[in-house]
Amino acid sequence: MAFGPYLLLALMEGLVKAAVLALTAVGLSLVFGVMRVVNVAHGAFFMLGAVLAWTVAQYVPGPPALAWMVAIVVAPLVVGTIAAATDTLVLKRLNYDPEATIVATIGLLYILEQAALSFFGPDARPVTAPFTLRLQLPWFGFSGYKLFVILATLLILLAVWWFMSRTKAGLVMRATQVDRQTARAFGINVDRVYAGVFALGAGLAAVAAVLLVPISQAHYLMGGDPLLLSFIVVIIGGLGSLRGTLVAALIIGLSDGVISMFWSPTLAKIIATAAVAMVLVFRPQGLFGARA
Amino acid sequence: MKVWALHLAVLAGLAVAQMVLPPYHANNLARIMVLAVYAMGYNIAFGYAGLLSLGHALLFGAGMYGTGLLVHHAGLAALPALIAGTCAGAGMAALVGLLALRTAGVSFMIVTLMFAQVGFLTILYFNGFTGGDEGIALNAPQRQILGADMTQDTARFWAALALFGVALGSKLLLVQSRFGRVMLAMRENEERSRMLGFNPYVVKLKILVISGLYAGAAGAAYALLFGYFGASFASVQYSILPMLYVLMGGAGTVLGPLLGAGLMFYLVDFASSLTSAYLMVVGAALVVLVLFAPKGILGTIRERWLKWLP
Repeated sequence: MAFGPYLLLALMEGLVKAAVLALTAVGLSLVFGVMRVVNVAHGAFFMLGAVLAWTVAQYVPGPPALAWMVAIVVAPLVVGTIAAATDTLVLKRLNYDPEATIVATIGLLYILEQAALSFFGPDARPVTAPFTLRLQLPWFGFSGYKLFVILATLLILLAVWWFMSRTKAGLVMRATQVDRQTARAFGINVDRVYAGVFALGAGLAAVAAVLLVPISQAHYLMGGDPLLLSFIVVIIGGLGSLRGTLVAALIIGLSDGVISMFWSPTLAKIIATAAVAMVLVFRPQGLFGARA
Repeated sequence: MKVWALHLAVLAGLAVAQMVLPPYHANNLARIMVLAVYAMGYNIAFGYAGLLSLGHALLFGAGMYGTGLLVHHAGLAALPALIAGTCAGAGMAALVGLLALRTAGVSFMIVTLMFAQVGFLTILYFNGFTGGDEGIALNAPQRQILGADMTQDTARFWAALALFGVALGSKLLLVQSRFGRVMLAMRENEERSRMLGFNPYVVKLKILVISGLYAGAAGAAYALLFGYFGASFASVQYSILPMLYVLMGGAGTVLGPLLGAGLMFYLVDFASSLTSAYLMVVGAALVVLVLFAPKGILGTIRERWLKWLP
């Protein structure tokens, strides 16, 4: 294959990565933006979504499309419920102290990964795509499902944007983000908003995982990379900004796709991680807002 | 006086334990002491100076690989390699500190986490040289320290105890010194200590380098005493473990890291005999500690009963 088509393939693969990454990162960004909580267990929620998709596929008979459709509804709901429970039982009691919440979510990460290992096993398991469609380009074939992932991501991100900027619930969330005390004074139930935001963030990670799992595989340790990359995206894109997150996810996803196709994926990760650490060191204000 | 008597008693107790305990537990104790040295280094940064790092595995790994690679590839003798590894830990801490200390709080945690991740991935990337995931085992001739054979249980225990004793003594001196009080001042009120004429950046950098010395020494000793080094010792998990030990034993206490490392080691050991899900225990311990006992065991004891405990 010539260089041009090869690059095209790398870019298309990168676009799929960017889409899944954008969804995951928006969840993380939302939680950090509204609650000021750095959720280290975000990758574990992602993993849980993928594992649930596999589990659902085992119990739902009939065509793979049906199982997949059940999974895309059930997985985010279950993960969201777990997240809301975590918020109420653990994070709220810590008064959302930034350092304590990080330690607690690290603990949650271990608990979730271990639970997945115990109930799901150590093997990577495939999930059948809801449909198989192959687009034949002049140089190579490309999975239609991957294009669907990109499309679905765009729709979901649009929906999130509409929810945050056009609905009453979104307004309440944004008000809580700006000033927790004043929001409370205006009769907003901040506890419920926080539980809702935490559930929404985790749910988005689960949706991303269900979208990804037919292309990749479900594995109990699969949450590490999405977590690291989402952090990177959120830091580069700036806090709470949906557009920034999207742009950053595109940059990271595409460059990750290209670098890992031409060089080694490990090298791509080393470069991205070091670069972002440097961004945090030298431009902290653009990353975690005024509170750096 | 009381303080020194207590710590000498602890060291004596450990020495006696070696003679009384069956070899299996004596070996565990040696491991616990080395890990406790690592946790003491973490405690100097986190417990005394309030620097919550999520990347100490990089410093532990620097010590471990500094020593291990020198012994394995360059054929250096164990003792100089041990010193080189310790310096590698401090040097890496200085490097990380120069950059990471420009940030604070949550950013500091994430930056240190990312630097450690870069280190871990670099070890994997150069797996031909570092042994990557599989790691490298050191053989008996490479593990002779001053004529003592680290493949022998007894020699290994005394080496671990010697390292632990030196680390414990110097930590006690450190926290009771003038600099020790400056460390606490940084934790309690950085702005105020700046006003009093201390430069927080420089003070924190020194603290981090001392912390790196401890972590590096522990990593170097781990490689020599237990004869193996691999990438997993530089992974995120080894950044979390010292934090867990310190949280459990008591942040900002001299003996807390030893207590935390010992308790956690046996908790995990006990849990793995019941179930393979020992990480669940680690996770649950983290959540429970941070929820119900943020001061740790010795921290609570100090608050309630023994006010003089350092």
